[in-house]
Amino acid sequence: MKLRRVVVTGLGALTPIGNTVEEYWNGLINGKSGAAPITYFDTTNFKTKFACEVKGFNVQDFIDRKEARKMDRYAQYAVVASDEAVKDAGLDLEKIDHDRVGVIWGSGIGGLETFQEEVMNFAAGNGTPKFNPFFIPKMIADIAGGLISMRYNFRGPNFTTVSACASSTNSLIDAFNYIRLGHADAMVTGGSEAAVTIAGMGGFNAMHALSTRNDDPTTASRPMDKDRDGFVLGEGAGALVLEEYEHAVARGAKIYCEIGGGGMSADAHHITAPHPEGLGAKNVMLNCLRDAGLTPQDVDGVNMHGTSTPLGDIAESKAILEVFGEHAYNLNVNSTKSMTGHLLGAAGAIEAIASILSIKHGIVPPTINHFTDDENIDSKINFTFNKAQKRDMKVVMSNTFGFGGHNACVLVKKLEM
Amino acid sequence: MSDIASRVKAIIVDKLGVDENEVVAEASFTNDLGADSLDTVELIMEFEKEFDIQIPDDQAENISTVGQAISYIEEAKK
Repeated sequence: MKLRRVVVTGLGALTPIGNTVEEYWNGLINGKSGAAPITYFDTTNFKTKFACEVKGFNVQDFIDRKEARKMDRYAQYAVVASDEAVKDAGLDLEKIDHDRVGVIWGSGIGGLETFQEEVMNFAAGNGTPKFNPFFIPKMIADIAGGLISMRYNFRGPNFTTVSACASSTNSLIDAFNYIRLGHADAMVTGGSEAAVTIAGMGGFNAMHALSTRNDDPTTASRPMDKDRDGFVLGEGAGALVLEEYEHAVARGAKIYCEIGGGGMSADAHHITAPHPEGLGAKNVMLNCLRDAGLTPQDVDGVNMHGTSTPLGDIAESKAILEVFGEHAYNLNVNSTKSMTGHLLGAAGAIEAIASILSIKHGIVPPTINHFTDDENIDSKINFTFNKAQKRDMKVVMSNTFGFGGHNACVLVKKLEM
Repeated sequence: MSDIASRVKAIIVDKLGVDENEVVAEASFTNDLGADSLDTVELIMEFEKEFDIQIPDDQAENISTVGQAISYIEEAKK
């Protein structure tokens, strides 16, 4: 069967460096760090005392108080970012066939804070369970997609993908596939996360996954730098409206770019460590290129997973060299996590948005906080260190890798490609 | 208005996000105040916490209006 073409017609972002797509993009190209001391709880006894929190967010500006209190922060972020994307897409909500619009969302964890609060509340009591009736529907990782569907009466395919830090690349690929296979004409997709909580920080700290650079949070996320010491936890949401090409053209929609392809693979190696040679990372990029019908030489840029962990950045850099060969040195590679921190299940969505906007504006956001080369990483690769670079971007790939060894990669390209 | 009645009404206004004027004795949580089944369970739990009482499930089923809640709690606190 002939697959339908899929384009991006709406974007929404709620991130540690900007609460709208415009603010997010300005933060990205200006090399803004979202890291700061944690404000949500007392970090006195925590090894890491900073994170990339969303700032200046007042949920009641967007969602009725009664509804908002039944949503975990991760779901509030989902709704707010989706609102921006749907509005940006300019969908005619009266005329559109609501049965042909779906929602596929991604979240790595779901309502961690809700879970934590309810269990702490139980532990502080006398053993009698007094759980809030909204505990489960607030906490479950699929509720965000449900809430978005109810807000807009979108009755098409609806579910949530969970693959840790690859979750919202998986949701994007699924949404892309459902549209190109003809199961829907438009999809709201993306991901959200809100794990800057006692349990989230404590848990990731226990794994030695987080940077502990407490004396200088804004330079803590330093992908590919020799002195990187772990990732910086971020939170927020990214939302995209994907649409079948003819459907978008027929209504005169503004089209950002086309989704060229999606790749998926597994490391099948270790629960948290990457394959040392980047095998899964290499395969996922090759799978993505094959799906898009493009060659490595067609690619202008790669938005890395690049979390600023000692092992991960090496493995991914090796994989890029294997996939692209000499062309690796012509690419603009970047890790926007240097600015946003690691949004876990929302990372894929906000990084796809960064990639899409780099095509739109012809600017590659930088990998900030580069001070010293790491001899284990090929310094001939252009990692777009420290300052944004101008480049006519036509094809960009965005990598995400999740605990469990899940890898997902999406390719976006200029419409005329 | 008794102290209990005003505290009950305050909880309902807070949890259901309704206007204070709507919270009259005969108002039904579900039919008049927009509560769903989970909202109703949450209200009962809030009453238990606020007034330090236990409301067994079989009796909670009979509390569906503002007035019924106030009467039940007043009786329980005697």
